[in-house]
Amino acid sequence: MERLAPAGAGAAPSRLLPGAASASARSAVSGDRLFRALLRAVGLGFVLVMLAMIAALAIAAWPAIRQFGWGFVVESNWDPVQESFGALPFIYGTLLSSILALLIAVPLGLGAAIYLAELAPAWIRPPVGFLIELLAAVPSVVYGLWGIFVLAPLLRSWVQPFLGATLGWLPLFQGPPYGVGMLAAGIILAIMVVPFIATVSRDVLLAVPSQQREAALALGATGWETTRVAVLRYGRSGLIGAILLGLGRALGETMAVTMVIGNRPEIAASLFAPGYTMASVIANEFTEATSDLYLAALIEVALLLLVITVVVNALARLLVWSVGGPVKTVRE
Amino acid sequence: MKRRVIVAGLLAMLLAIGPLGVAGAQMLLNGAGATFPYPLYSKWFDEYAKIERGVRFNYQSIGSGGGIRQITARTVDFGATDGPMTDDQLRKAGGELFHIPTVLGAVVATYNLPGNPRLRFTPELLADMFLGTITKWDDPRLREVNPGVSVPAQPIVIVHRSDGSGTTYIWVDYLSKVSKEWAQKVGRGTSVKWPVGLGGKGNEGVAGQVKNTPGALGYVELAYANTNKLPVASIRNQAGKFIEPAIESTTAAATGAAKTMPADFRVSLTNPPGDNAYPIASFTWLLVYRDQPEPTKGQALAKFLWWASHEGQKYASDLLYAPLPPEVVKLVEAKVRQITSQGKPLLASRP
Amino acid sequence: MTNLGRRRLIDRLMRRLAALAAGLVVLPLVVIFGFLLYQGGTAVNLDFFTQLPKPVGEPGGGMVNAIVGSLVLLGLAGLLGLPAGILAGLYLAESRDRRLTWLVRFLADVLNGVPSIVIGIFAYTVVVLPMRGFSALAGGIALAIIMIPVVLRTTEEMVRLVPASLREAALALGIPEWKVILRVVVPTARAGMVTGAMVAIARIAGETAPLLFTAFGNRFWHQGLDEPIAALPLQIFAYAIAPYDDWHRQAWAGALVLIALVFLVSLVARFATRRPGGA
Repeated sequence: MERLAPAGAGAAPSRLLPGAASASARSAVSGDRLFRALLRAVGLGFVLVMLAMIAALAIAAWPAIRQFGWGFVVESNWDPVQESFGALPFIYGTLLSSILALLIAVPLGLGAAIYLAELAPAWIRPPVGFLIELLAAVPSVVYGLWGIFVLAPLLRSWVQPFLGATLGWLPLFQGPPYGVGMLAAGIILAIMVVPFIATVSRDVLLAVPSQQREAALALGATGWETTRVAVLRYGRSGLIGAILLGLGRALGETMAVTMVIGNRPEIAASLFAPGYTMASVIANEFTEATSDLYLAALIEVALLLLVITVVVNALARLLVWSVGGPVKTVRE
Repeated sequence: MKRRVIVAGLLAMLLAIGPLGVAGAQMLLNGAGATFPYPLYSKWFDEYAKIERGVRFNYQSIGSGGGIRQITARTVDFGATDGPMTDDQLRKAGGELFHIPTVLGAVVATYNLPGNPRLRFTPELLADMFLGTITKWDDPRLREVNPGVSVPAQPIVIVHRSDGSGTTYIWVDYLSKVSKEWAQKVGRGTSVKWPVGLGGKGNEGVAGQVKNTPGALGYVELAYANTNKLPVASIRNQAGKFIEPAIESTTAAATGAAKTMPADFRVSLTNPPGDNAYPIASFTWLLVYRDQPEPTKGQALAKFLWWASHEGQKYASDLLYAPLPPEVVKLVEAKVRQITSQGKPLLASRP
Repeated sequence: MTNLGRRRLIDRLMRRLAALAAGLVVLPLVVIFGFLLYQGGTAVNLDFFTQLPKPVGEPGGGMVNAIVGSLVLLGLAGLLGLPAGILAGLYLAESRDRRLTWLVRFLADVLNGVPSIVIGIFAYTVVVLPMRGFSALAGGIALAIIMIPVVLRTTEEMVRLVPASLREAALALGIPEWKVILRVVVPTARAGMVTGAMVAIARIAGETAPLLFTAFGNRFWHQGLDEPIAALPLQIFAYAIAPYDDWHRQAWAGALVLIALVFLVSLVARFATRRPGGA
């Protein structure tokens, strides 16, 4: 630790003199006030930035909101020539790709979390945990690069023909194999959110008091039974929160999805078909929207995306906090 | 200590990099827009930087729609488009905006099939494939125009632009002229509501998508197909001949239009008369404000436009763009001389 | 005891499944990293680090301007985001105003989940449009907004971990509270705060979406913070979706360099936490 004596304040040497004490106290008090005011201003400023963000988007989106009203979220016609904008295909694409991602990522992520928090030998936990954290740090655009050149060709020449041949009677697996499309987006997203779900769930599980485990073990439960009965049940809301955090990530993910989803505003039943998400339509069309209404419509998409992710994340945080408390919480 | 080290590191980084730029002190002109002429423009900017060392041009190929949007928002110094701006867009531009034609290019139908056979398309076939009514490569109507060519029973994967694009404008402008159904259902624009297909970002993105997707059919500027060794289709023109896209057939498309060029250069060349004219060709334009806010930048821009319409034209044919017809170059000279800043013409002293 | 046998069997099965899940989660890292090393490793050369990009379609050239651009953007974001995040984190840890701190903490976590592209649009409306131009500054601001919540939350956590006895001892000496915080609390929590900062930098280093409409990209050197600037992730994106083989090669190389940068920063963050207690 460093030297404590404050330099330059002038109060330290005179502290022992009774006459100077009050002056020192006064300067200390005013210093404290100033410091607290500064901290408070930063805190308030932060709240203001958030509000400003919502306000800025809402103002910029206003022409579209006024023109289309609620029709914007239920219409599926996105036609820049006629200036008729409905965002339903993007909302659909965003939700479907995210749900697809969760279907793959949740079992894997929870399994990995349980393994790391409860079942793995002690020596294995730090390296594997570190690897998973590294996976979370891989930039989106790198996943996209890999998606274009490795995943999409793999899906097109092997996975989709196989699925079409075996499960082709389901509308989900019909249509020509493009490679890029909803399925590719779902898989890329799954790879991207799995580390979040795994690490947050692991931290939630680690926050479960050890008495829970000890009680179950003392009753003769096996390792898995202890996990299931004592740990998972206790941490349930936190785990749901972890999944929602993963969902929040998937909803807003932009680059990797844009690179593999096929960019087509259409609601198709097949997972092979190309789709479009809210984030990717913004990425593709924002700089080139020619009319003001077009631009406003894109900003309204951003506003919708903001609202959806805020709700999901708010819910997730409250659930995760319910286990560990808001302060000792997880770190991404 | 560590944090200080890091902060110091960050500061050092900024300081180290700051002077690097200041030392050069070149003028930077930012432009954005069409991807169609991007291969040529990036060549031009590279060559021009060797002549005019004090000026650099930074051009981002974000699509023609973006070029129009960004120049009217004045976030860039010049825009670029291959779909002319509408009267409504020009009115909202907040100042007189010039379309300066730079070169001509052809938009071609390119595809990815085993062995890459040479294909021929009629306008009706093209429209029906892009409308989604012809869905397989071995469709009888396709085989009828391509006798003796072996086409696989693969589905046709249409690839179109996902961004606002002048290439799209040229393509759908043509389809609207040759197909009533297209004109009614889809129409013209820099971005349209596509009946079928995958979206790719930019000419680069469409070419990339076609290259990566077996059975794909897309439309790109000729240069993009050529540099990527993608096959291009011959298309039947108004005179009933199947014409391959090339510099000569693109120039042939422009000869008629050059004589009746409107004063603002906004002209469509698609589906022209003429035996040897390739039917899907267009001028591509740079968008500049007549009144430049900064004299130095404005003058640099005007000088570049002069260079591009003269010396610059010789780089066009290497990249398969057709140079401007001489009549049009004369008109461009007059236009560039009209560019002013604070009321003063910027090129008064030039020849 | 068939019942016990069955339970043991299930136990073993579930252990295997959980281990398998962990393996499958790590697998993509191995696969992607393998491809990066294979594809990128063969493409990285000296030109990549020293040359400007070539005109479209011409092979060769490098990404030196994008590498430097990324570093400048990170520096800018750090200069703007770190002080703001640290001060806000201190506020959370030290303030007694329960309601406002709850709100700030909550908003920070929510902001952490806001898609980065939305933050890019925000920066476009409040920086790019008023300044009439894309700029490095706009990119830096967008990235700073993204890093603030991460820095803020780690700072708060680390400051809270400082033992109360330490703080009380200092206060008992009659030292003003603000000095106690700056001279006692912060130095003690420093290692953790460094980790937070590095985690935040690692996160924004790979961000692409918020730069699309702010930093915008630049084929040349930038000459000031009010000009568009190249960035490694932007360049990778542009090259990856283009049709040119040589650009694909360079995109892989860029991805390898980018990920090396991110991992390096992550590793530093890792080591910073290894030594809790600071200086």
